[in-house]
Amino acid sequence: MIELISKSKCISCGLCVSVCPTGVFDQANGKVPVIARKDDCQTCFMCEVYCPVDAMYVAPNVDEVTVNEEELVQSGVLGSYRKEIGWGKGQSPSAASDASYKMFQLMSKLPGH
Amino acid sequence: MSKHLGLQQKNEREVETDVLVIGGGPSGTWAAIHAASKGARVILVDKGYCGTSGATAPSGTGVWYVNPTPEEQEKAMKSREALGGYLQDRKWMKNVLNRTFSNVNQLDSWGYPFPLDENGHKHLKSLQGPDYMRLMRKQVKKAGVKIWDHSPALELLADEHGVGGAAGISNETGERWKVQAGAVVIASGGCAFLSRALGTNVLTGDGYLLAAEAGANLSGMEFSNAYAIAPAFSSVTKTAFYTWASFYYQDGSIIEGAGSQRGRSVIAKTLQTQPVYARLDKADEEMQKWMRKAQPNFFVPFDRLSINPFTDRFPVTLRLEGTVRGTGGIHLINENCETKVPGLYAAGDAATREFICGGFTGGGSHNAAWAMSSGSWAGEAAGEYALNLGSKASKRNVKGISTTPIAANWSRSSKKGTVLHEITESVLAEVTPTEINLFRSEKTLQSSLQRLDLIWEEIRLGLLANEPNVVRVRESAAMTATARWMYSSAIERRETRGMHKRLDYKDQDPSFHYRILTGGLDEIWVKPDKPLHQEEGVRR
Repeated sequence: MIELISKSKCISCGLCVSVCPTGVFDQANGKVPVIARKDDCQTCFMCEVYCPVDAMYVAPNVDEVTVNEEELVQSGVLGSYRKEIGWGKGQSPSAASDASYKMFQLMSKLPGH
Repeated sequence: MSKHLGLQQKNEREVETDVLVIGGGPSGTWAAIHAASKGARVILVDKGYCGTSGATAPSGTGVWYVNPTPEEQEKAMKSREALGGYLQDRKWMKNVLNRTFSNVNQLDSWGYPFPLDENGHKHLKSLQGPDYMRLMRKQVKKAGVKIWDHSPALELLADEHGVGGAAGISNETGERWKVQAGAVVIASGGCAFLSRALGTNVLTGDGYLLAAEAGANLSGMEFSNAYAIAPAFSSVTKTAFYTWASFYYQDGSIIEGAGSQRGRSVIAKTLQTQPVYARLDKADEEMQKWMRKAQPNFFVPFDRLSINPFTDRFPVTLRLEGTVRGTGGIHLINENCETKVPGLYAAGDAATREFICGGFTGGGSHNAAWAMSSGSWAGEAAGEYALNLGSKASKRNVKGISTTPIAANWSRSSKKGTVLHEITESVLAEVTPTEINLFRSEKTLQSSLQRLDLIWEEIRLGLLANEPNVVRVRESAAMTATARWMYSSAIERRETRGMHKRLDYKDQDPSFHYRILTGGLDEIWVKPDKPLHQEEGVRR
């Protein structure tokens, strides 16, 4: 569930407000967006991967948990999923190294597949 | 029945177009692009955001991409016929294989970064959701389609000639909109009943209700009880990965017979009384490496909680994926993806996938292939249909046909009304439990259906008519209707076939070798479609 929009990192671009499929965020003119409808968050991580400055944290839990921004920053988890899929600054999409085909090859050798 | 439909009171944004596509996931985007390719003016509305909405965008998916040689196609078609209970159709399957082959190649030419292996050979059998849907949004825009995000459709517009548009609301501004269109493609996905399976909470059966209100039929709604394995704390459903899992009781002893495929019933049964734990201990080091590179999303919850899924046991749950990974949906009368209502088309998970999957999950590669194929066909046909209407189109006097009484004023307040909350929860209580929906029997289905019928009646009488969040009201109505079609069809199929398991009829019965159609709103009807004749249908 979405737990953090870092006020210090956020550039108020509003992209998270747009891309959230369940309309969790509100944004007053030019301000940092707020988590207005947290209950509607479906933990899909899309806001996090679209955030251009790694200001958001979606906790892995579907139910609410408490997070500490400082600890999250220190652990390096902010922006980690975006980096993983190669959407970070200066990266190229990791879709180009998608190894699903390797899995399918091994899977087809299992009984019943 | 009360009749105060708020939508018909005022419309703040009224436009005319040739084709309106409802839903901006894979099938909707393919439909929009191909309607535009016929020269039609196209508007695509999405309840959320085209590019992130739905089950595909946050995940990754295999694609039923098969080299178009007769041998390979034959093998692909045959591989799941028995699992699907022989309810498939060879002609549809072949068409989907051919169309998927060309569409995936199209994605390649649009620049989707398909992986190359060590020999420089390109692999086109899987797609990463975020990249795929970001590219599709770009292509939709490039095709000149207007995208309206956060614009849920709340009702179809129709006249005596058929469907001619839709009306809805903007979730951002609260502004009402009305689009008069020559043809409408419903591509709004299936119904997963707010189970929080990855990306599915926008999939509440809205399109089924829209279609049924226009008089369209549904098919295969008994194949609606897909459950996916996920860590108990997480939304990330990736059942295929659990092929490499062992399942455990709390005390660490192994649950015999539990597995990701045929052993899912054992998991479901155990979860009814106690927690179940999993560990992907059958994946060797090489496989572990491929898994991470195949589905980065799978590892996000584990990494963030410092769980190593290959060495640590973690609690799992089953999340209902309903018709999203089931195969039921709006019935199509031909390969143009037409419904029986003129001007109304359906594609992707909103439509039945029995033609290619029969009664066994279309999850993953088959659904992805179906979405891009049916989307393309529906878009092309809708575009041609609308253009053929010519000047007649704008002279039509189409009106809203919603059956849900809703409030005149709209609010997106985060506070959900108590009544709405209770109604929604009571619907979920009928479809979520595996005791009712997975392990089915006449008695439990009948009593559940009776309760659902009462909920429907209350909604129809206006119980939710004062709830300001009209989008949620429509979702509740759609889920209620969907559950009723599901259970009415499940009662009718007195046998076990595909994913439909009856405790009181445990075998596949050749006399049920047909698809089951359903429809209706206040009165639900169910009837057999024409018998299927392939020889394979009789299991000896």
